[in-house]
Amino acid sequence: MTTKMTGAQILVESLKKEGVEVIFGIPGGAVLPLFDVLYDAPIRFILTRHEQGAVHAADGYTRATGKVGVCIATSGPGATNLVTGIATAYMDSIPIVAITGQVKTFLIGNDAFQEADVTGVTRPITKHNYLVKDIKDLACIVKEAFHIASTGRPGPVLIDLPVDVSIAEAEFHYPKELCIRGYKPTYNGHPGQIKRAAKVIADSKRPVIYAGGGVILSGGSHLLKELATKIQAPVTTTLLGLGSFPETDELSLGMLGMHGTAYANYAIQNSDLIIAIGARFDDRVTGKIDEFAPHAKIIHIDIDPAAISKNVKVDVPIVGDVKNVLTELLKIVHKPATKEWLERVMQWRQKHPLDYKADEKLRPQYVIQQIYEATKGEAIISTDVGQNQMWAAQWFTYTRPRSFISSGGLGTMGFGLPAAIGAKVGKPDEYVFVLAGDGSIQMNIQELATAVVNNIHVKVAILNNGYLGMVRQWQELFYKRRYSYTRLVNPDFVKIAEAYGAVGIRVAKKEEVRPAIEKALHTKNVVVMDFIIEEEENVFPMVPAGKAIDQMIGSMA
Amino acid sequence: MKHTISALVENHPGVLARISGLFSARGFNIDSLAVGETEDPTVSRMTIVVEGDERTLEQVKKQLNRLIDVITVQDLTQKEFLDRELILIKVKVTQKDRAQIIEIAETLKANIADVGLNTITLEGVGESAKIDTMIELLKPFGIKEIVRTGKIAMARDPKAEEK
Repeated sequence: MTTKMTGAQILVESLKKEGVEVIFGIPGGAVLPLFDVLYDAPIRFILTRHEQGAVHAADGYTRATGKVGVCIATSGPGATNLVTGIATAYMDSIPIVAITGQVKTFLIGNDAFQEADVTGVTRPITKHNYLVKDIKDLACIVKEAFHIASTGRPGPVLIDLPVDVSIAEAEFHYPKELCIRGYKPTYNGHPGQIKRAAKVIADSKRPVIYAGGGVILSGGSHLLKELATKIQAPVTTTLLGLGSFPETDELSLGMLGMHGTAYANYAIQNSDLIIAIGARFDDRVTGKIDEFAPHAKIIHIDIDPAAISKNVKVDVPIVGDVKNVLTELLKIVHKPATKEWLERVMQWRQKHPLDYKADEKLRPQYVIQQIYEATKGEAIISTDVGQNQMWAAQWFTYTRPRSFISSGGLGTMGFGLPAAIGAKVGKPDEYVFVLAGDGSIQMNIQELATAVVNNIHVKVAILNNGYLGMVRQWQELFYKRRYSYTRLVNPDFVKIAEAYGAVGIRVAKKEEVRPAIEKALHTKNVVVMDFIIEEEENVFPMVPAGKAIDQMIGSMA
Repeated sequence: MKHTISALVENHPGVLARISGLFSARGFNIDSLAVGETEDPTVSRMTIVVEGDERTLEQVKKQLNRLIDVITVQDLTQKEFLDRELILIKVKVTQKDRAQIIEIAETLKANIADVGLNTITLEGVGESAKIDTMIELLKPFGIKEIVRTGKIAMARDPKAEEK
């Protein structure tokens, strides 16, 4: 005979069955029964200082490990504080499960204290969500939530749990199998389409592989390397694709798009075949869409049928999991004659390298290069959004999947620090650096407390230029230098670090950069490095909005 | 071009909100939408009429398919199908018009649903074109109120000679 359990107990038992090791969150009235069970559950709980910190930490944990991250918040404001983080995960197809408390079922819709229609609010930014009305459905819902989040095109799933359901009692049976009749992702590419792709590749003269975050999500990076080597095609990645292909490889062109390398953009524009793998032709990648890759046929491999032919017309669509499709493609694909093309691409690379002024001034590119050298590239880089993010993408050399963590689609400032905390929890033996701006770090700076208190020793590099730098750059270039509300008067970040119990280091000179990084690496604590960089340094090259991607501006374009 | 999409969906609360939310968030226009339970009470049928070119329609279908609560999506426009709408139409009536209105109702096989002191309410079922004709014919008498359902549709079975 099975004994009865409360809803809260069933939820925690179900999380254990799903292999959840850690949860990020904050308690509150509607989740009191749940927290009472968590109090002595064998799951690590990390108390963040803001719910947004909790959801980004769950997201960073997932991006670093590939495991489903979990966060918990109470009803009403706790739940609405998750919204930005859920939208961030949704845009980048990151599988997390968010659990929110809800007011008692009979009070729903009554404007009760701390009530918000959370399933309504999160409907367009979750892959799926649930309001649990009957305790009998709870175990099955948890099972479905983890399954839906982590399969197909992954994404966040939210479970809204009314407090009366969490104290109701029922027998606990964790379902073994699920049958969700409206959910059957396609994993294997159509064999005929894969054959067509192989033929188009063999017939191409100027192919380019354009790889996105889907390669990393599917665990297909080694197959991408195999394909590129076999067909001798250069590889450019999206922001989220960084790390899917080693940038030390001679076929690597780095990132493409608005702040991509000139040679990646030239290669795309002059190619006769684009092999898009787990990427979605985002506007930051394509620039002016009508002039994108005008001579190229397009093969598009993606697990989401809706991503195909959404922005550009595709010649050979292949719906399926990157890993499965590449495995099949590799069996039949032949190498086209690309020698001349590769020579041309290498010439662009020599003629238009990424560059910055290597003078005595403290420039952000130098800081990032030094972090790369000091760690020998063996670090996870978690970025905020803006100039810091683009410099981090350009100047660190990524060689491993899941080593670059960044909010790509939504572009969420304040993401970097909490995501780094999640990453460090998942990968405690790796160095985890936050690359932030002085603007973005202040959007979740309270999470320094979470990091210090829980001994999560992330290293925070603030690229401090006293501006909301990317907006200032646009104002400089397109709004006649009218710096409308982009100047920041900042607190003393060293003192802030110290007040939280972290180590603060101010770096104002170029020669102090490397010693500060070395000190950070050897300090057994959270370290905040405040790099006082050139105020008006710009991210170049740059494709102005609405231009084709070979219409770049900047000294090295 | 107008397309008639027929979707089988889970019969849960919130499913209609998911679907209408998807249309508004993606900028698709719904002409009409009708929902009802099917022969399986856990499943509802939604008939959605949507205006758009081929590419928009392709996206509509793909985006609908992405929803976990959507079981199947069919574009009926690509096949032979039956469609029906229901209209209730309240018309002003005077002594001299009464016979003429009843004649129109008979011609169009519309029922007289209600008779008031100064109004007649007709009930019509048919394809959109028939419903439109009914409105046009009754306009001269003075229409007081129209209530019209969305279209419901069903694929036709293959005919004997096609088998």
